[in-house]
Amino acid sequence: MAKNTSKTEKKGALSIKNVTKIYDPTGVNVMAVDNCSMEIAAGEVCMIVGPSGCGKTTLLNAIAGFHSITEGSIHLDGELLCGPERPKAEQSAERMVVFQHGALFPWKTLQENVAYGPTVQKALSPSQAMEKGGQMLAEAGLGNFIKKFPGEVSSGMARRAEIVRALINNPKVLLLDEPYRAMDALTKQIMHESLLETYDRTGVTIFFITHDLEEAIFLGDKVHIVTTRPCQLKKTVEVKIPRPRSYETQSSEKFRKLLVEVNDAVHEEAVKAFKAGEREMA
Amino acid sequence: MMNYLQALFSNTTTRRGFGAIIIFLFIWHIGSQLDEWTGYDLLGIGLVPPPVDVFTAFLGVMPKTGYWMSWVASFSRVITGFLVAMLVGIPFGLLLAVNRYFRGVFFPPFEILRPIPPLAWVPASLIFWPTNEMSIAFVTFLGAFFTIVINVLGGARNIDISYLRAAQSMGASQFDLFWKIVLPGTLPSIFTGAAVGMGITWEVVLAAEMISGGGTQGGGGLGFFIWSSYMGGSLEQIIVGMISIGIAGYLSSSAIRKIGFHFMPWRRLF
Amino acid sequence: MNSSANTTTVAPEGFNLFIYRVKKKFTGPDPYLTVAGVFLWLFTYWVLCEGLEIWRFTKLPGPVAISKDWFSTTPFQGISIFTAEYYDHISVSCQRILIAFGIATGLGVPLGLFMGWSRSIRDYLFPVIELLRPIPILAWVPLSILLLPGFEGPVIFLATLASFFVTTLNAMLGVDSIDEEYFRAAGCLGSSRWDVFKNVVVPGALPFIFTGLQISIGVAWFSLVAAEMVSGDLGLGYLIVDAYMNNVTVPMVIAMITLGFIGYFSSACVRALGDKLMGWHVKELAQQGR
Repeated sequence: MAKNTSKTEKKGALSIKNVTKIYDPTGVNVMAVDNCSMEIAAGEVCMIVGPSGCGKTTLLNAIAGFHSITEGSIHLDGELLCGPERPKAEQSAERMVVFQHGALFPWKTLQENVAYGPTVQKALSPSQAMEKGGQMLAEAGLGNFIKKFPGEVSSGMARRAEIVRALINNPKVLLLDEPYRAMDALTKQIMHESLLETYDRTGVTIFFITHDLEEAIFLGDKVHIVTTRPCQLKKTVEVKIPRPRSYETQSSEKFRKLLVEVNDAVHEEAVKAFKAGEREMA
Repeated sequence: MMNYLQALFSNTTTRRGFGAIIIFLFIWHIGSQLDEWTGYDLLGIGLVPPPVDVFTAFLGVMPKTGYWMSWVASFSRVITGFLVAMLVGIPFGLLLAVNRYFRGVFFPPFEILRPIPPLAWVPASLIFWPTNEMSIAFVTFLGAFFTIVINVLGGARNIDISYLRAAQSMGASQFDLFWKIVLPGTLPSIFTGAAVGMGITWEVVLAAEMISGGGTQGGGGLGFFIWSSYMGGSLEQIIVGMISIGIAGYLSSSAIRKIGFHFMPWRRLF
Repeated sequence: MNSSANTTTVAPEGFNLFIYRVKKKFTGPDPYLTVAGVFLWLFTYWVLCEGLEIWRFTKLPGPVAISKDWFSTTPFQGISIFTAEYYDHISVSCQRILIAFGIATGLGVPLGLFMGWSRSIRDYLFPVIELLRPIPILAWVPLSILLLPGFEGPVIFLATLASFFVTTLNAMLGVDSIDEEYFRAAGCLGSSRWDVFKNVVVPGALPFIFTGLQISIGVAWFSLVAAEMVSGDLGLGYLIVDAYMNNVTVPMVIAMITLGFIGYFSSACVRALGDKLMGWHVKELAQQGR
């Protein structure tokens, strides 16, 4: 049911215009994001790549409504999320975040975690929510683990459950902040396949932050490379590899070429960021 | 100076904090006058003297040497008991941690004695030790000892095994392992234990001074100061004593924090 | 997941598992060392007090004298497991602890949670608590005797006060310890402020709350004994002082040992309750090999 509706009318076009964010915690201005603009079409997988600590997460947090922006505006489907007159977006279930370190509530079972969103939004009754949660977890291949606590399952399973917890709310945009950071290459591969499969099924817009260039190209429709702090858009690489993609895609000639192209752009920024870090430490 | 004050009061938390303390003093004042104003007395709260009276009483005892002698007496008891507990407790805790057989034999009796509240030892120690002063010292020692040992043991056993392996792979001897890894690795827990132990030491010294009526032998101490104010029926002085002990306890625990910071420069947040 | 690697060996279950664990426990030297340790300690105590009668140890009752009286139907010094008086003292102390611990928990946990949850509640209450907290509980003794009626009032007040500070602070620190990301996740899943309190603040602070409660019940016993020793008409603390006043040492030691047992038992109860309420936390720690 969810399949058909989302295939026919895609929602979740994000437009980020001239966003600037200045932190001022101790009287010293730190510019995290400087005049950054990008357009993300509805149902697009948009990958953000850049050196560590460059302000990617700041951008994501602003879209999610965790903190305000200093200048610029962010629109979702033409609707203003935050801008000059309203610096902070309201949190709502149309934008779902999957966190860097994983934020499944450790005191709730996987099923209770997934059922949490619809229950508190009063979209479903608690028992209906539990039922639907169980179903969706089973679809994601976690049917045997719905009664387990997050501490009892592997990090890969926990991450899959977290994505299910986000998707049960039918969000327009899924915001992922380096979700597969601490995983080994083999697990990552499985995670990627599972995410792509989910994407093909739901067609949700994905805003995905990563350090891993192969991951960026393998998953994305567009790869946005951003500069070191302050974060600005440096280059956009379009990935014209047809879907559905499989792991074999990664050894194709096209993939290699794109990887080199992205790597050239990122490496320069990474060196700059490293030097800046050395200067700050000294 | 003005700038400093301005900066201080621009912070909401500080402003609210001062407000809260003023409100607290105000409620205290109203409570103390309630009986007089309305004739209604809640739990004998009308007996409590108003803050102003306590302040005057404080000014009254300040110039007296007797008052400062009680500070000296209590502090010397606390420091003696505490230092002995540290000197015995740290090696004992470390031995428990590093030697399995030592732990097997000495830990169970230790665990049996530990749950007995330190003050329950007071009469037994009054009977056993020849002088009052010695029994106070013994109970004080016990109070801090159990806490320090438990913390040292826990800290030493929680040291990351990879540190020990790294040191061994660089060719460290058993001696080096102990002095360079185990001891510094245990320092944070030693200081946690010391901070908690210091609190208990104050409680015990106070109780011992009150129970044994420390006046007969040696200086009275702050506990005796409170007790004699109680006997003399001076509520102002009781509260003065309470505040003094509060300050004394606070000074000792911040001293421990300072020392801890000095010994553990790698731990900015102690 | 882990068991799939060695499916050939059948893991013991139920009663067999229990037997297996007991066997495993007795293969190491630890249980024998424990017995040796306790025996050695009792023996030393006996030698000092009753065997060789060294120095002032003669003033204290030895293990033989204590156990003779403790388990005798006609105790020489008045207290044994067969006298009703013994249980009177125990039940009075336990009732006081239950009341004090109950009040302190009932007030302290919600207060600490609210202080951790709301900036302004903390700003207003924390300074006052920090102002009163450095005053040792025992310094409150005279004031509470003067202000509160009867024997019960001051005793329960002191135990409550001690336990209240510990519980409140731990509940507050518990909320502080919750990772910011859980609040964000709850927010973006559409929680109201109250939902966040119920589903994030309370369960997230539970591990700290229970650590606090374990300390708090210990502190409650500590203060109770002190209060009973200074002012009381019954209770184990009173029994100790009463025995001291009457120059009988055996009931004094019996009361001390009893206090040790009950104190240990009560904190074990709190721990067991905590483990039961926090299945997720126990399993999480087990997974990390702790």
